[in-house]
Amino acid sequence: MENIAIIGIGMIPIKANYKTHNFADMAWETVNAALADAGISIKDVDNVITTSNDFWDGRTISCMAVGDASGVREKNCSCVEGDGTFGAFYGMARILSGSYGTTLVTGHTKGSESISSLITNAAFDPIYERALGPDMISGCAMQARAYMEKHGLTSRQTALVSVKNHGNAKHNPYAQLPMDISVDDVLASEMIADPLRKLDCSPVSDGCCAIILANEEKAKKLCKKPVWVKGAAFTSDAYFLGDRDLADPRSLVAAAKKAYAMAGITDPTKQIDIAEVYDAFSYQELMWLEGLGICEPGQAASLLEKGDFAVNGKLPVNASGGLLSGHPVIAAGLYRIAECVRQLRGEAGAVQKDGAKTAVAQGLNGVAGQSHCVWVLGADK
Amino acid sequence: MEQDLSKVTPLVYESRIGVPYNWWAGKTASRFFETIAHDKKLAATKCDKCGKVFVPPRKTCPECFVDTNSWVSLSGEGTVVTFTVVTRKLAALGKRNPPVIFALIRPDGADTAMLHILDNIAPEKVHTGLAVKPVFSENPKGHITDISHFEPV
Repeated sequence: MENIAIIGIGMIPIKANYKTHNFADMAWETVNAALADAGISIKDVDNVITTSNDFWDGRTISCMAVGDASGVREKNCSCVEGDGTFGAFYGMARILSGSYGTTLVTGHTKGSESISSLITNAAFDPIYERALGPDMISGCAMQARAYMEKHGLTSRQTALVSVKNHGNAKHNPYAQLPMDISVDDVLASEMIADPLRKLDCSPVSDGCCAIILANEEKAKKLCKKPVWVKGAAFTSDAYFLGDRDLADPRSLVAAAKKAYAMAGITDPTKQIDIAEVYDAFSYQELMWLEGLGICEPGQAASLLEKGDFAVNGKLPVNASGGLLSGHPVIAAGLYRIAECVRQLRGEAGAVQKDGAKTAVAQGLNGVAGQSHCVWVLGADK
Repeated sequence: MEQDLSKVTPLVYESRIGVPYNWWAGKTASRFFETIAHDKKLAATKCDKCGKVFVPPRKTCPECFVDTNSWVSLSGEGTVVTFTVVTRKLAALGKRNPPVIFALIRPDGADTAMLHILDNIAPEKVHTGLAVKPVFSENPKGHITDISHFEPV
């Protein structure tokens, strides 16, 4: 496969409510930040992928409304509905087709503008499920119980993810919820859907992120410090929650296996320096780390307690503060990629992992992680 | 005209989208609801290739990518695979008031679990593995609430 690089990233701070920006305003600021970061102009962008969700935007084919701000005029622009990591995969595939040298990928959401419980309720089957009233939180709460009971985990153990990530966010100027909290604070927070308490759940957020991908020729020509895509893969599981073993993230295991094979990673526990995973809920960080092969199933909680995933630990996880500290759905996975790029370029400031060479970023789609997209990124080609 | 936007107060435009839909359930789901109305049983499909029994029934086996051509009838009695007790008034609950107990229930004879609501049990008494049975509505309307809820056997 031809080498692909990330030559620019753009993020805006994640906020509970961007009163000053509509979603196109957010895209405008983010796209320009990514172009500036890459040191290129919109003329150097060969094609554009936007990622968005029409229900969240409250607009039919809302990608059409974000095009002007994303510089699509007279360019081939396409849209992905889903997490930004899936949009980035499409953007990469377009370069690999040979038709384009560079792709701009954006993702945006304004969770503040609607009611996320109703939006995610509409992800459930309208004939068999929706009228019962499930949403993302209650669906994931059932997954949390399945996972925790399978491995004998306690709420005290999963709460530690929230403590770590909110603490890490104190060093991230883009994070929405930097907080000094304790495990007891998490356990004292409002129970929303047993076993998930308020501080086990990511907040509703506004945000936008953009990345610019390039083939090797363009990357070398345009960029001083490209970050290389070593592997990328995504796979899906069954739609209905009851068809899946919710405690076994088998589509993540499959995606990681494919991405690692591309990247030449045979022992992820030793060959990965940093991970940014989709911690929409505290338990998910642990479950996804296991699915990514960073530890054995059921072992992530005890390694977290040992400090392995702390900023100064063996393999820092969500050093940025993760989604628990700000969760702009759709853009979320692109933020994970962008945070890995910052680490691999040595620009992560107080949370920088010294000498980070290889990072893994994860995005997901669907209720309780139906599909997963895994990216392995490298400082070296 | 003032060129500086710093003194502008951003406005919020309040609106809503309300679009009626008619979702055709298809023949497979229609049989599920017909069977509830006529027999007070759960109709399930079976994959002839892997032998898995699916409830709620669907036309395609997600594992084998083939039609699920065979039908079996289940009483609906089964076990709780996992559950949650919702205690916040989440908007998706609509007219239901918390606590609401959502569960994935695997009916005896099925290989999948179905989402539904548990009732007639104190939330703290619910546990995985609990044996439950469906309670059917007196006035079936071809709707998932034709199963009113599940409750302990």
